[in-house]
Amino acid sequence: MPAPNDLLSVFETVIGLEVHAQLLTKSKMYCGCSAAYADAEPNTHVCPVCLGLPGALPVLNRAAIEYCLLTGLALDAEIPPACKLDRKNYVYPDLPKGYQISQYDLPLCVGGWLRFSSGGEERRAGITRVHVEEDTGRLVHRVDPGGAEESLVDLNRSGVPLMEIVGEPDLRSPEEARDYLIALRQVLRYIGASTGSMEDGAFRCDANVSVRRIGDPEFGAKVEIKNMNSFRAVERALRFEQERQQAALLAGETVAQETRGWIEDRGITVPQRTKEQAHDYRYFPEPDLPPLAVDESMVAGVRARLPELPATRRSRIAADYGLGPNEAALLTEERAVADVFEAAVGPPGDAASARVAANWIMNDLVGLQRQRGLPPETLPLDADQLRDLLAALAAGELTARAAKEVLPQITRGERPRDAARRLNLLSLDDDAAVRAAVDETVAAFPAAVADYRGGKTAAIGRLIGETIKRTGGRARPETVRAVMEDVLRKDNG
Amino acid sequence: MATALDAVGRPATDAPTDLSAAELRRRLDARELSAAEVTEAYLARIAALDPDLRCYITVMADVARAQAAAADDRIARGEAGPLTGIPVALKDNLCTTDADTTAASNILRGFRSPYDATVVTRLRGGGAVFLGKANTDEFAMGSSTENSAFFTTRNPWHTGRVPGGSSGGPAAAVAAGEAALGLGSDTGGSIRQPAGFCGVVGLKPTYGRVSRYGLLAFASSLDQIGPFARTVADAALLLGAIAGQDPMDATSAPEPVPDFAAALAGDADLRGVRIGVAAEYDVDGMEAGVKAAVDAAVGRLADLGAEIVPVRLPHTKYALATYYITAPAEASANLSRYDGVKYGLSVESETLRETYERTRGEGFGAEVKRRIMLGTYALSSGYYDAYYVKAQKVRTLIKRDFDQAFARVDAIVAPTSPTVAFPIGARTDDPYQMYLSDVFTIPANMAGIPGLAVPCGFADGLPVSLQILGKPFDEATILRLGHAYEQSEGWTDRRPDLP
Ligand SMILES: [Zn+2]
Repeated sequence: MPAPNDLLSVFETVIGLEVHAQLLTKSKMYCGCSAAYADAEPNTHVCPVCLGLPGALPVLNRAAIEYCLLTGLALDAEIPPACKLDRKNYVYPDLPKGYQISQYDLPLCVGGWLRFSSGGEERRAGITRVHVEEDTGRLVHRVDPGGAEESLVDLNRSGVPLMEIVGEPDLRSPEEARDYLIALRQVLRYIGASTGSMEDGAFRCDANVSVRRIGDPEFGAKVEIKNMNSFRAVERALRFEQERQQAALLAGETVAQETRGWIEDRGITVPQRTKEQAHDYRYFPEPDLPPLAVDESMVAGVRARLPELPATRRSRIAADYGLGPNEAALLTEERAVADVFEAAVGPPGDAASARVAANWIMNDLVGLQRQRGLPPETLPLDADQLRDLLAALAAGELTARAAKEVLPQITRGERPRDAARRLNLLSLDDDAAVRAAVDETVAAFPAAVADYRGGKTAAIGRLIGETIKRTGGRARPETVRAVMEDVLRKDNG
Repeated sequence: MATALDAVGRPATDAPTDLSAAELRRRLDARELSAAEVTEAYLARIAALDPDLRCYITVMADVARAQAAAADDRIARGEAGPLTGIPVALKDNLCTTDADTTAASNILRGFRSPYDATVVTRLRGGGAVFLGKANTDEFAMGSSTENSAFFTTRNPWHTGRVPGGSSGGPAAAVAAGEAALGLGSDTGGSIRQPAGFCGVVGLKPTYGRVSRYGLLAFASSLDQIGPFARTVADAALLLGAIAGQDPMDATSAPEPVPDFAAALAGDADLRGVRIGVAAEYDVDGMEAGVKAAVDAAVGRLADLGAEIVPVRLPHTKYALATYYITAPAEASANLSRYDGVKYGLSVESETLRETYERTRGEGFGAEVKRRIMLGTYALSSGYYDAYYVKAQKVRTLIKRDFDQAFARVDAIVAPTSPTVAFPIGARTDDPYQMYLSDVFTIPANMAGIPGLAVPCGFADGLPVSLQILGKPFDEATILRLGHAYEQSEGWTDRRPDLP
């Protein structure tokens, strides 16, 4: 069997992703219940509508429609002037109405593409459509006190707004699929449509993958993979599937078109029970919801809410502030972090101070953020605080060392300079204090003093360091150097 | 020929159970009667008659008495509304928190809704008295109440005959004096046809006029709640109480609600009114007595000054077929929720699939299963375009027929049904014959327009009904016509001769 690298010159992998993202609306898709169900007791965020009680009727959540349109605009999709909702019929205990209100042939957004970078290259992949639907409830399987297995239904999630983003089969490797997903999630987070959290199930991905010999005009048999709960799982599952299909083709076997599930702990995919595949969903227009006219003013209103998107912002920040592509990518990973950077630094000008700010964010603030377990969009300092910190550093009121000491002790909303004052960590601008520290150092390190006086001027570095240490890091190196040179010169004379 | 007026039934008396709701209102406000007295009179009549007629699935005696007492307080405070203290029968597919809601199905036997339908909320707020939940064909699927899983309601004019359906319970209750007013639902004629069979007034409002929230769905794009009453004026009163947009029903319309009762005031002069008559409503199988009574009614409208204009409704003949694709298709989805998992009947079995199959197998009756299968088939991959999509196209043509006709006329009159009430059991073995009894009422549902059924005489001792169809949201005109006709005759002053 050829080595994997050789296989890549024989076979081509074709991947298309279907993403389901929960929308960040306050209420559910078709009723007024809170959509924030995560920590709620089972069946507490429910009403006749999302319980599917007899006689209950859905009412469309405008905010969900707007988030879907916003997503479509962010992906350069076309917004048709009219759309409708449809019933997708299937029966399962987590689906209380016995049908899901989704969109079939007239989705809210059609076409479009996602820009993303993969393997150091800028790529774009097509988007087929974006539509809204509703989430199902959840089944909890457990063993009751008597030892019998039971399945319980929690309908808190029932009716939570979902958006499905169907991608074109434009992706050619598991890595690219992962990078596409990361970029898509980033867009959704930028526009505020979704948390994009795979761990919480707010961002779910199914993949269609097929392998064909390079040059083959036809796609290979399409295998759908489900149950991937992290970006890494997506990449691993696709790699497994790619290799499985390649091996089958090499062995002269045919690849079955089927649905397979990813088994995380075994690192394999296995065929899923196929009852879903033969399913006829019997879509028909939802009679309880009138067709939705999406007029130009509605689209314009949503377009006005569209922020600068990650790909654009990344290249602009790199160009405007003289940062490298990796630094810019890190800074713009989260919209809120990039906002803090730009607000703290101000309009582009001095590349050096922009770099200082970038370094503080990427090293110290992100480090502290992780240490505190803050979410990725929440830095420990806001823009005003960071601006104050950078100003203090630039003015020499705070040494870098003192700043690092102050940082974790800054309280919520406190100006870093106030914190430094409170902690007695502001730079020493009192010459007498520096002079005293210098005198102590000179007395304590006669050998280094002698070296310096003997012409080994590099020895002053140690003396300066020792002096700063004696001031608890508060003395500015330049001040210490000046005083030290003065003292050494004088005593010599 | 229609039987002479005096030969059928008896004249209305001064008993509370014979009076119109409007007259009850006057006497309640004048303190000539108390709501408690009125309610007791109705409960007593229910106790006397209902063991035989079987209009009600649940009699809400305790609720009614409490509501009557509250109504009397309200009247005493001078805060009475039009329906305060008026006894009403509710079809058992309208959700109520204080009585079970079964849709006459075993699958919902004992089901208590945790919320009230919007129409119920509105009547409650207006101080109405709920006498009980009235019988229906199971999930409103039928034309005789014979599909009720519990029992068949009898026609008060002839207890060997059906009351019509599906809202046969409230229709018969109003006819028999077991309720002053009734609420039903009409998907293909389920208010108008039983109103006609029972000799009372029934109105299917424009689709969207009345909120469907809390109405157990049969066919969502066709269902509409509407009133039963003994007079057109009473129907107008009840419509006014339930009409208007509801934030809980996205298909309820924002159109303003006129004062329907006020639209009836004034004289019965119909000069300047153009009334259409369509040859398409003269079908084979229409009974001679029905045709004669309806023709006479058209003549009476002309006597009152209306201009009778021939109109064409060429797609009428396709209405029944398209209805029996559209309605079952929607029903097949609407009834999916009854699965034994959350509420209602649950026949727990070894596997989930078996639980579904046994719950639905035992819980649904034959007609409901037939329609679920019809609808599932019509929506299936490979058949969807030929059936469902085509039916929607025909539906558009039916609607266009009416649009074109209404460009020339203010209303269209037709028989409500081709026959009078048929004998119990006569059509139970032949669903197609049963479906044909709605042939004149279905087009209005397909087009979404309002239709009023008004008694227009008797044939073979049984009531005949005139149907008046109107423009969308123009219930006021058909109520005005119905009222003028009713005042010029005396049909609605007759009561069935019951003990
Ligand atoms: Zn809800």
